[in-house]
Amino acid sequence: MSAADTTRNIAGREAAPPRPLLHVILVRPETMTLALLILAVIVASQLSPFFLDINYILRSFTLSAEFAIVALVFTMVIIAGEIDLSPAANMALSACLFAWAQASGIPMPVAILIGLAAGLAMGALNAFMVIALQLPSIIVTIGTLTLYRGLAQIIAGDKSIRVPDWFIGIDKVLVLGIPVPVVIFVVVSLLLGLILAGTIFGRQIYQIGTNEVAARYAGIRTRRIKLVLFLLMGLVAAVAGMMTASRLGSVRYDLGLGGELQMVLMAMLGGTYIFGGRGTILGTFLAAWLLVVVSTGMTVANLLPAIQLTVLGVLLIVAIIATNFIYSRTQR
Amino acid sequence: MNALRSILVRRETGIAVMIVLFTVVVSLYKPQFFTLNSLRVILLLTPLVMIAAMGQMLVLVARHVDLSIGSMLGLSAMVTGMMFRDMPGIPWGLGFVVAIGIGALLGLVNGALVTLFRLPAIIVTLGTLNLYRGLTFIVSNARQVDRQFIPSELKAMSQTSPILGIPWIIFMAFAVALATYWFVMHTRVGRQIFALGSNPVAAPLRGIKVTQVTLLVFAISGALSGLAGIMYASRWGFVNPSNTGFGFEFQVIAAVVIGGVSINGGVGSVLGVVLGVLLMGCVAAALPLLGIPGTAQGAIYGAVILVALLIDRSVRQQGIAGLRIARA
Amino acid sequence: MLKKSLIALAAGLALSTGALAQDKIDIVFIGKNTGNPYFDSLTKGFVEACQKIACNFEFVAPATAEATSQIPFIEAQIQRGVDVIAISPNSPDALNQVFDAARAKGIIVMTVNGDITGNESHRDLTILPTDFTKVGADQIEMVGSLIGYEGEIAILSATTEAPDQNFWIKGMNEAIKDPKYAKMKLVATVYGDDQPEKSTSEMEALLANYPDLKGVIAPTTVGVAAAAQVVQSRGVAEQVNVTGLGLPSEMRDFVKDGTVKAFQLWSPYNEGWLAAHLAVDLKAGKAKNEVGSTFEVPDLGTITINEGNSINTQSSLTTFTAENIDQFDF
Repeated sequence: MSAADTTRNIAGREAAPPRPLLHVILVRPETMTLALLILAVIVASQLSPFFLDINYILRSFTLSAEFAIVALVFTMVIIAGEIDLSPAANMALSACLFAWAQASGIPMPVAILIGLAAGLAMGALNAFMVIALQLPSIIVTIGTLTLYRGLAQIIAGDKSIRVPDWFIGIDKVLVLGIPVPVVIFVVVSLLLGLILAGTIFGRQIYQIGTNEVAARYAGIRTRRIKLVLFLLMGLVAAVAGMMTASRLGSVRYDLGLGGELQMVLMAMLGGTYIFGGRGTILGTFLAAWLLVVVSTGMTVANLLPAIQLTVLGVLLIVAIIATNFIYSRTQR
Repeated sequence: MNALRSILVRRETGIAVMIVLFTVVVSLYKPQFFTLNSLRVILLLTPLVMIAAMGQMLVLVARHVDLSIGSMLGLSAMVTGMMFRDMPGIPWGLGFVVAIGIGALLGLVNGALVTLFRLPAIIVTLGTLNLYRGLTFIVSNARQVDRQFIPSELKAMSQTSPILGIPWIIFMAFAVALATYWFVMHTRVGRQIFALGSNPVAAPLRGIKVTQVTLLVFAISGALSGLAGIMYASRWGFVNPSNTGFGFEFQVIAAVVIGGVSINGGVGSVLGVVLGVLLMGCVAAALPLLGIPGTAQGAIYGAVILVALLIDRSVRQQGIAGLRIARA
Repeated sequence: MLKKSLIALAAGLALSTGALAQDKIDIVFIGKNTGNPYFDSLTKGFVEACQKIACNFEFVAPATAEATSQIPFIEAQIQRGVDVIAISPNSPDALNQVFDAARAKGIIVMTVNGDITGNESHRDLTILPTDFTKVGADQIEMVGSLIGYEGEIAILSATTEAPDQNFWIKGMNEAIKDPKYAKMKLVATVYGDDQPEKSTSEMEALLANYPDLKGVIAPTTVGVAAAAQVVQSRGVAEQVNVTGLGLPSEMRDFVKDGTVKAFQLWSPYNEGWLAAHLAVDLKAGKAKNEVGSTFEVPDLGTITINEGNSINTQSSLTTFTAENIDQFDF
């Protein structure tokens, strides 16, 4: 608790008079996300009578659960003032390495370790270029995004690599009627949410994103924290890649293609501030559901995918306008 | 001053040397790479990228980025193609006006969102990337415009040549590059883009109308994407709602970054970008000649972007002051 | 344009409301991706069949043809409770799990225009456009007749792992051993990944690497159009004969100006027509999904279900030339 007090002192927020509780709750981007989520559920159930079925929604969520899990870490990276567009490509490359290893006779546990190590190594490469070489993370990760997927394509070619039957079907395993990937997503959300909101480490991430120079003067080891975040990103992406492999039963180089857009969407719709320093895990958590409801609702109504693209594009722009607006009001 | 200039010059010479080295090495293995015909092939791979790269360069120099160019290309090509299909007998030259006009309009929307709401361009254009692609599907009813509907005069621009067997569209691409060079070197607005990008905070103090300049660079980027769109129809003879322009932004951004335009704004040169585009064209033409499977292309592009970034960084370290005069 | 789509929309509404009246089965066709002209023609076969027989038809497709992009669409059809899912699969194995889920719900899963080779047990049956074992030989004969059975030929294919194309290429390599083709030599097989840009560079590279090339077979619609465009723009159509499998709508110009003398394909329309009739017959119990059983399809005659529950829409390829190309509107 004392740590939280200190950080608040640094931010100089104590000077401002306390706002009424209702105001605090209402004028938050997460509230907007929640409202949109409720609205989306209503619209989707109007669009198609087949939509409102909790099992179907859960099943549909498993199709995006891997991205959603990575999006949670992605949110933390953005809050720290950086960005990493490479995790979807990372998922593909680590899954390809893992599948290729086990297909060439390496025992399964070792193959899994190879996949995880690959994910970590990719995170480390990003971290090296961004932290040690001081290159802008946006362009570095556009480069590594192309590179990682390109390497996956070299390893796997255009074929798909099968995984053993017992490894297939993580999304079909239910815990209390809920598919395992959804359970993992909820657990990771709780964990990262607690870390981000309740620990010194979490507060420091916000500090770095708000003002990196000030954070460094305040004695925060900014480089180390960013390194941890990039490595965590790599590791979680590798896990997500293998979860996808289990769901699909085979791995191709185009696994998770375009996933970076979904992750950006989840973070932005959840009210994460693109310039860093603001955002919550709760927001991304809600936004992941929002995105699934929107796309599932439109798919089950057999709408053209074109309309989905359009709606997603508009949603992204609207969300960021709203977020910016809300933050500019609450700033003072 | 001389020392500074030599650093700047090195960036372009660096790319030029890479092109020469690459050509020599490939030609040693495959002598047919070093022929006039292969020059023609390389040049034919580049015009669309070169035109869009000029717009992207201006956007990057102004410290923004435009990810929506592929979708703007697709939408303006689609509308133009549908016009040719549904209004037979319309003068084919009008296609250029329509394509460029639509592109400029879409670019203005990007610019307006960025300036009016003070939003980061990367997110805005990521949104419009999807939005414009979706609109392309909607206006076209998800149907391709087949080659019989594209006017033969337009298709001929990619095939007939005024000189040396080099088709018209290549000359057009270089004309756009020259015009851009003139714009950034010899107009006040052109220079203001650089001043704005190198120091956005000070720009208004120096009398730069930030809103107008920002709107202008996005409109130019859109207009040039539109031009690239009608040239796509000329080059490939069809317009497809999902393929036309898909993934184009990565090619263009890669070429521009290789060409030495800094992602941090304020720095970039037309010559560098032209060379960057040509280098990418050389690589694309050489891979099949060497029998390297297409599957390796992605990794090579990625590696090239990262190497270009490293070069960029070493240049930056040698003199921040040099950046200021790196205008064109 | 707007007017046209409004009329189409009104017609669609009228159709779907009319459909509720009787006992019609629901068929959905999931294409590889939207905006693919090939599927326009295939879909037309479904639509026109369902105007005549007892079925409701819908076409959906993802925006991109990536391996997993069809999964949410299949899930949605399961949820909607359709009777038959016809699909042109984007992946030979990534769809296995979701196919199983659909079949567990009693939905008939038929792959159309391409099969999930190696995973046939996950679908009910497949409708192929033609007898794939003959495609290779037909194409070799076609290019042979164009070049006078003498000289170097090359193949410009889709992706390196495209299962159908690889099967045909194997057939071509077998067929060319025939003494009839002794003076022909297959010098290279290259892959343009079904992208116009890449196919063009590969074709340019072929011309540069093999100056004596006489013929090119491109057994893919994107590749054959790109190859034709290259020989047209270089003005070498007299020396290099381009042929392959192409869509008449995309090849018409090349055939008319003499760049391409002849190419082949089948009728995508008939595939859709056949699939719809079979689906209705299967659900009504008029046809049985058993190897060797037969059923009748108007205009196409008696169709037999072959080994591996596979059906050929037509027995051999159709050849398109300047004389007949205007008779085809796809």
